[in-house]
Amino acid sequence: MSELSLERGINTLKAQIDAPIASFFSSCVSCGMCASACSFYTENPEPRYTPIYKLEPMRRVWEQNFTLLGKLKVKLGIAKPVTDEMLSQWQELVYNTCSLCGRCSLICPVGNDITYMIRKLREGMVASGHVPEGLVGASTRAVKIGSPMGIKLPALQAQVKHIEKATNMQVPFDLEGAEYLLMLSSMEIMNYPEYLEAVGKILTNAGKTWTLSSECFEATNSGIQIGSSDIAKELVSRVVNAAEKLKVKTVISPECGHAYTALRWEGPNLIGRPYSFAAKHIVEVLDELREQGLLPTEGMEDAKLTFHDPCQLVRRGGVVQQPRNLLKLVASNFVEMTDHGTLNWCCGAGGGVSANEDANEVKMKAFQRKKKQLDELKVDTLVTACANCRIQLEEGLEENQMDLPVVGLTELIAEHLVERNTINEESRHD
Amino acid sequence: MSDVLFLQWVKGPLFSIAVMIFVIGVVLRLAEILSLGRAKNLAVPKGNPSLGGWREIGRRFKVDQGTFQQNKITVIAGYVFHVGLFIVMFLLAAHIALIKHSLGVSWPNLPTPVVDMAAVLSMLALVVLLIDRLSQPVKRFLSRRNDYLVWVATFLPLLTGYMTYHHLWLSPQWLLGLHILSVEALLVLFPFSKLMHTFTLFLSRWYNGASMGLRGVKS
Amino acid sequence: MTQFNMPTVGEQLRENGISRRAFLKFCGLLASSMALAPSMIPKLAEALEKATRPSVIWLSFQECTGCAESITRAHSPSLEGLIFDTISLDYQHTLQAAAGEAAEQARDEAMQANYGKYVLIVDGSIPLGNAGYSTIAGVSNLDMLKQVAKGAAAIIALGTCAAYGGLPQANPNPTGAVAVADIIKDKPIINVPGCPPIPVVITGVIAHFLAFGLPALDHLGRPKAFYGQNIHDRCYRRPFYERGLFAETFDDEGAKQGWCLYKLGCKGPITYNACATTKWNDGTSFPIESGHGCIGCSEPGFWDFGGLYNPVSLPSSLSSQHVVFATGIGVAAGVAIAALNKQAKQQAKQTREPVNVDQLNREVQL
Ligand code: SF4
Ligand code: SF4
Ligand code: SF4
Repeated sequence: MSELSLERGINTLKAQIDAPIASFFSSCVSCGMCASACSFYTENPEPRYTPIYKLEPMRRVWEQNFTLLGKLKVKLGIAKPVTDEMLSQWQELVYNTCSLCGRCSLICPVGNDITYMIRKLREGMVASGHVPEGLVGASTRAVKIGSPMGIKLPALQAQVKHIEKATNMQVPFDLEGAEYLLMLSSMEIMNYPEYLEAVGKILTNAGKTWTLSSECFEATNSGIQIGSSDIAKELVSRVVNAAEKLKVKTVISPECGHAYTALRWEGPNLIGRPYSFAAKHIVEVLDELREQGLLPTEGMEDAKLTFHDPCQLVRRGGVVQQPRNLLKLVASNFVEMTDHGTLNWCCGAGGGVSANEDANEVKMKAFQRKKKQLDELKVDTLVTACANCRIQLEEGLEENQMDLPVVGLTELIAEHLVERNTINEESRHD
Repeated sequence: MSDVLFLQWVKGPLFSIAVMIFVIGVVLRLAEILSLGRAKNLAVPKGNPSLGGWREIGRRFKVDQGTFQQNKITVIAGYVFHVGLFIVMFLLAAHIALIKHSLGVSWPNLPTPVVDMAAVLSMLALVVLLIDRLSQPVKRFLSRRNDYLVWVATFLPLLTGYMTYHHLWLSPQWLLGLHILSVEALLVLFPFSKLMHTFTLFLSRWYNGASMGLRGVKS
Repeated sequence: MTQFNMPTVGEQLRENGISRRAFLKFCGLLASSMALAPSMIPKLAEALEKATRPSVIWLSFQECTGCAESITRAHSPSLEGLIFDTISLDYQHTLQAAAGEAAEQARDEAMQANYGKYVLIVDGSIPLGNAGYSTIAGVSNLDMLKQVAKGAAAIIALGTCAAYGGLPQANPNPTGAVAVADIIKDKPIINVPGCPPIPVVITGVIAHFLAFGLPALDHLGRPKAFYGQNIHDRCYRRPFYERGLFAETFDDEGAKQGWCLYKLGCKGPITYNACATTKWNDGTSFPIESGHGCIGCSEPGFWDFGGLYNPVSLPSSLSSQHVVFATGIGVAAGVAIAALNKQAKQQAKQTREPVNVDQLNREVQL
C-alpha cells in the first residue's frame, strides 16, 4: 500500500467534493460573518481563523477540478496549486482551531455548512499525512487497543465490580436480547465513573433490561475526529457488531457529543447500511423514560444552575428540548445563557481538539467565550451532557480561578431518582 | 462612434449576446454544481429533510441578536443594498417593460422617485460596504479580486442608471447606452463570479437545512 | 456688405410690401423660438435688415418632400413664409417653375454668379450603393452634392435624412444611404433634423444664419438654440411619469387621463427637439399632446430604436426565443460538463486507497 502523499490528499478531496460543497463555495460572499460565529476567532481574532478560510485548500481543489473557470486557470498556468507546504500550514487551521462545533454553519447567511466541509477536508489532510500527532496517537490506540485513552476491558471490569459492591446493583455484560446496549466513553471510565452507576440505576429502576458488551464498550470514534472514514468505519463497525450480536433494540450513546454524531449520523453511512437497532443519546433515552413515567424523581436543586449544550447534541444532533425537560424535573432555578440551544457556544475542545496537544493554548483561549457567558449569569452549578465538554469546562474554570462545580446531567437526575420498587411496594401497602 | 450607434449596438446585438452568455453560464454552473451529487444519507432521519431545507431558506434572512451585534454594518448595509437593488431592478417601469418584453410576465411598478431613492440608498450602502470591506481585518483578508470586481460591476449599473434618469453629464443616449453596457458586463460576469450566490444561496440553504432537518435540528 | 446685385433682406421685404410691424413680429417669434432674450429682438431685426439677401440652392435627394411640405404648407399668410421672400431661392426642383434643362441651367448660373457665397440646403440622404438609386437630370446625388457643395458658403442639412441618413438609412439600408456630413467634410454644416423639422425652426435657423452667421451647434451638429432641450424634461405629462402612471394602450383609462406614454414607446427621454415648447401647427400642439409618444425623429437612427411602440428600455433584438435558445445550449453544455465532473469524481473515488493508522504513524514520526 502506497504511502500518504499530497497526491492522495488531493485525490481524496476530489472524491469528497459533492453538490452541497460546490454550492457552498459558489455561494460564499466573503461577508466574514462566520468569523463572528466561531469562538476560535472571537477569542483570538486573527483573520486566518475565519471558518471559511480554513477551507481554502478544499476550495482550490474544487475550483480547479470542478469549475470551468478554474480548469481554464489551470490550463493558463495561473491557478494557485495546493501544495504540501500549504497543507502543513493549514493543519493548524483545520485541526487546532476547529472543534467541528457547527456554529459557523448555523450563522452563515448564505447557508454554507462550513463544518460539514471541514470534516471532509480532514479526510484529505489524513490522506496527505498532515495530521496532528495527538490525534494519530488516539486513533492508533482506538484501533489497536479499543480505546483512544488506551483503556482495556479489565479496567472497566474492575470498575464494574466496584459499582456492584457499592450499590448492590447487577451490571450485566453481554446480556443477549437486552433492550439497551450501554456504550461508554473512555473519559467517563477514567474520570467520571459516577456516570455508569447513574445510568445503571436509572435503567434498572425503570425496569429495563440493559447490558454492556465485553467486546466493545467504547463509543467515541477517533476516526471521526481525525477525519478518516476508513478508521471511523472500523471503529463504528465494532459497535454495530456488538449490538447486532447481542440483538439489542437500542444502543445508548454516552454523555459525549461526537460519539453521538459518529454513531447516530455517520455510522450507517460509514458501514453502508442502516442499523438493525436504534441509536440514541442517553439524554434522549432519559427523556423517553420521563415521558413514559419511568423516571420518578424527588426533591429539587435550588442552586442557580445553567446548562451547557454540547455542540454535537444541539446543532448537529437536534437534542435541544430533552435536557431542558429533564432539568426541570430536578432544578427549581434553572437559567439559560444568552446564546443557548442551537446558538450555544462551544466549550472549545470538541472535534478532536482535546486530543490534540498542539491545540492546548488555543483551546483555552476559545474557552474565554464560555467564560464570558458564565460571567454574565453567575450561576452556582454548571450542568452538561458531554464528558469531553465537562473536562474542558473544569480545566477552563480552574485555569480562570472560577469556583463552579460541573455536573453531568445523568448523574444529577440519578441523585434525585425515587426507587420505583419502593413506590410500588408503598402503593401495595395502601 | 456616435452615441446613437452606440446605444443601438448595446441595446441590440450586445444585449442579446450578454443575456445568452448569462443564461448559458448560469445553467452551466448549476449543472457543474448539481452533477457532483450527494450521497443518500442512510441514518434514520429524526425529522423531515426537505422541510428543514425550506425552513432554512426562510430563516437565514433573519440574523440572531449576538451575530447582529457583531456585524451591524454588514447586516444593515447588506440589507439596504439588497432591498434597494431589488426595488430598482424589479419595480422600475422601464425594467418591468424589459422583463415583459423578454419573458412575457409583468407586474405593477413603483413611482419613479421612490425607485430613485432606492437606487441612492443602494449605492450608499454599497459604498459603506466597500469601506467596511477595506477596513475590517476579516473581510479584507477574505476578499479576492473577485470581490472587488463584483462590487464595481454591481455599482456601475446603479450609478449609470441614476445618471440616465437625472440626465447627468452626457447625452441620454450615451448614458442609457452606458447603463445597458454596464448591465451587460454584470450579466456576463454573473455566472463566473460570486454573483452566482443569487441562485446558489438557495441551494446552499436547502442543503444545509436538509441536513439539519434530517437531524431534527430546529433553529 | 451690400453688393450691387444683392439687395439686403430689409430692402427686399419693403419691396414686397411687408410692414415694419409685421417684420418685428416675425423677429419676435424667431427670438422666442431661439430662446433669445426680448432685448435681442431689435438687434435681430437690425441684423436681418442689413443682411444680404442670399442665393440659395436647394437639393433634394432621397427624401419624401415632407420637409419642404413642412415649411411651405404652413398656415398663410405665414410669418415663416416671410423668410422665403427674403432669400433668392434659385433652384428647388419641386417648387421652381422651370423644369428639365432650364432648371439645371438656372442652378449652374446661380452657382457661378454666387460662387463661394450661396447657401446650400439639402433634404434627403445620399445613396452610396448603386448611383442609379437616385439621380437628377442624370447626375448622381453624390456627384451633384459634391459639385454644388464646393461653392457653398454653408450647408443646411434639412430633415433627418440629410442630417443623419433618416428613413432611407434604416436597417437594412438598401441604398447605402448616408448623411451630408458623411460626405462633405470641408464646409460648415448645420443639421436641422426632424421628420420633418418644425417650420419655425427651419426659418429660425435660416434667419439666425443670415443675421448672426453660423449658430452654435451641439455634438450632433444641431443648433443648440432649437435642439437644446430634452422632450421628456419639457413634457407636460412628466408628472405622470414620476408618479409611475402609464397608459398601457392607446385607448385605456390611463390614455384618457393623459398619463405618460413611456410604455407605448415614447422616445421623449432620449430626444432633443423643440416640439414640447414650440409645438406644431402654429403652436397648436405636438405629438405627445395629441396622444402619441414622441418617435425621436430628430435623433440619428430613430427608425432603429427598437420599434416606435416599444419603450426605450427594450432591447431591440432580444426576444424570449433567445432566452429559450440559450437555455437549450446551456443545458446541452451543462450535460457535457456534468459528465466530465461526474467522471472526474468517480475516478477519484475509485483510485482512493484506504488509510490505516500505521501509515499515519509513519507520517508523524517523519
Ligand atoms: S465548526 Fe465551530 S470551531 Fe469549527 S470553524 Fe465553525 S465555528 Fe469554528
Ligand atoms: S459567513 Fe458564509 S458567506 Fe460569509 S464569509 Fe463565512 S462562509 Fe462566506
Ligand atoms: S410622454 Fe414621453 S416625453 Fe412625456 S413624460 Fe412620458 S416618456 Fe417623457
